[in-house]
Amino acid sequence: MIQTEPLALRVRDVAPLSPTLKRVVLEAADGGPLPTTQPGAHLSLALPCEHGAHHNSYSIVSGCHDRAAYELIVRRTATSRGGSRFIHEALGIGRVLQSSAPNSQFSLQSRARRHLLIGGGVGITPLLSFLRELRGRGGHLEMHHFAGVAEVPVFEALLEPFASADVHVHAGRAGFDPLPLLERQPLGTHLYCCGPAVLMNIVQQGAIAAGWPPTSVHSESFAAAGGDPFVVRLARTGGEIAVGEHESMLEALENAGLPVPSLCRGGACGECLTAVLEGAPDHRDHVLSDGEKAEGRLVMPCVSRAKTPFLTLDL
Amino acid sequence: MSIAFKTDESFREPFRYANSHEAILRFPFPFAEDRYMYSVNLEPHVRGGPTGAFEAAFDVDEHYVAECRERAMVLRQDPSRCVVLPHMASAQWDTLELIMESLAQDYPEDFTLSRDGERWTWVNRPLGIHDSFVFGDVRSLPYEPFEYATRQAQGDFTLQDQREDNLFIDGGMVTTQADWSLEFDVGMTFHEWHGPVPLAHDLGVFDRALQYLMRLQYGKPVRRLNWTMTVNPRLDTSPENYPIWGPDRTTITPENVGEKLHLRVELQTLFRLPRSNAILFGIRAYLASIAELARAPKWGRRLHRVLRDLHPDLAAYKGLVRYRETAVDYLSAFDDGAQTSAGIGPDIARLPTKS
Repeated sequence: MIQTEPLALRVRDVAPLSPTLKRVVLEAADGGPLPTTQPGAHLSLALPCEHGAHHNSYSIVSGCHDRAAYELIVRRTATSRGGSRFIHEALGIGRVLQSSAPNSQFSLQSRARRHLLIGGGVGITPLLSFLRELRGRGGHLEMHHFAGVAEVPVFEALLEPFASADVHVHAGRAGFDPLPLLERQPLGTHLYCCGPAVLMNIVQQGAIAAGWPPTSVHSESFAAAGGDPFVVRLARTGGEIAVGEHESMLEALENAGLPVPSLCRGGACGECLTAVLEGAPDHRDHVLSDGEKAEGRLVMPCVSRAKTPFLTLDL
Repeated sequence: MSIAFKTDESFREPFRYANSHEAILRFPFPFAEDRYMYSVNLEPHVRGGPTGAFEAAFDVDEHYVAECRERAMVLRQDPSRCVVLPHMASAQWDTLELIMESLAQDYPEDFTLSRDGERWTWVNRPLGIHDSFVFGDVRSLPYEPFEYATRQAQGDFTLQDQREDNLFIDGGMVTTQADWSLEFDVGMTFHEWHGPVPLAHDLGVFDRALQYLMRLQYGKPVRRLNWTMTVNPRLDTSPENYPIWGPDRTTITPENVGEKLHLRVELQTLFRLPRSNAILFGIRAYLASIAELARAPKWGRRLHRVLRDLHPDLAAYKGLVRYRETAVDYLSAFDDGAQTSAGIGPDIARLPTKS
């Protein structure tokens, strides 16, 4: 499959699942088959917002067998930069959006003997695609999903097609200690975690404490973008670009007419790697090594920001 | 426009092989300049490129029918040339889907794929195949899906599993290889299976290539060219059959080198696969005699210069040592010292008539 242009996707259906969760079903605008999705994949949608286009990524919950539509579940975030607000308030049936092809930085592991899925809130979305695929393959799995009390029925309904003794929904994560869960897994189990940063930290720290090999622990971060505003200085052209608190450095560069090559827009692919000449980057990516991050001479503008008021880039 | 398949070719004794004018001009000549050294020469694999060999996702040419027949012969004699480890089952179906969809899209006169949910029907007119099967059900196909699909495609294919921050060669269909063994390599990591290649490790070529490939995106395949030389138009130059083809290297003379010595180019493509997240590596082999290639004046000049100045370690690794001087002497007749253009294209739309 060679996809050089963005996909044109038409909204087939939009429906609320809860006051802040919306189900969106997208089909090909030309009515043809969509590229087969990948388990754990997300779409990067171009959404119209105040400053121009925001690109937001949403995990595909539907399965690989469905070539007719991609299904997403979108949380309306309180700190929304406009993307999820647009989806919840303004996106109607028939609207056509430009999208990337399905892209995955979070994959099922072929050699895993067992798959342990741990999710929180809307982090269920890539895990739903894993569940679907694993059930199709007959894979051994155990799932624990943490939801706010009021949303437990919503997630139980989403998990109903996969219900079994090994799939659990928990009301709230107060007092959740991952150690017993992690320690009783057989060797060869792989762990997949997706949810709020606090939950992911608890789980990742627990895996380290339980002696899990790092290559058996996989996570997808839905961490909210944004942070303190700062200014990018362009070493080659001499200009300055303000990066607001709700936009990424990459978006600020693009909206100023200075696109840097980019791909995943999630700090995982390395495509937007840019040299830093002055200032201290605030690294939020998954590509640079600890040494490279400490040196501070490279940065991923799609997710990372600055610790200093100014950051001079070799652009 | 339908392809005129040459159905009576033979890639083993007695050899019967030649390239039409069109096949020569669309050849993926691998040298973009007058000297050659290893590099991470990856570029996006799009439909289109410097010659006709780059038009399709998986190139089909006039040798298609004969090459598929040759593959079937190799597999009858040695089934170990196709291996897929059990954990790569979903990668098998990914491969079948990709090859069938690509062939049907790029060559609609020759291949048709129709789908009704999971009930698929595949028509391959050049090979006379008309099969219906259930996608995902291995019992509904005469072979496992990877073997089924790659028996109907030119060139070798390998499957790489991505795990533990590395790539593992966990499957393949390898019948037209330039002297490497799938059975020996299966299960190795990226650096391990590239072990024998001289010089490139020190240049850091494989470190960078691995990092790049682990970030390979679905829908954005990449490609590169690799090359070596083969005596006689023989596709199966496997280590397993070295006793058969090894002695060919001693049969080159100044009189026969133009017709017997072939440039062997691999158009290598790398596709991320959806269900498995594996990488399909296509190794599409092309053969043209140096006499055929020298009919394009730019290529005659450039091939002479590249072979003349090739690093001795590369010449040794590529098995050229015995006949290199004979080949360079032959090609010198085509090199008047004139400038050659950058890039691999032949710079002509028609071959000059033979003198």
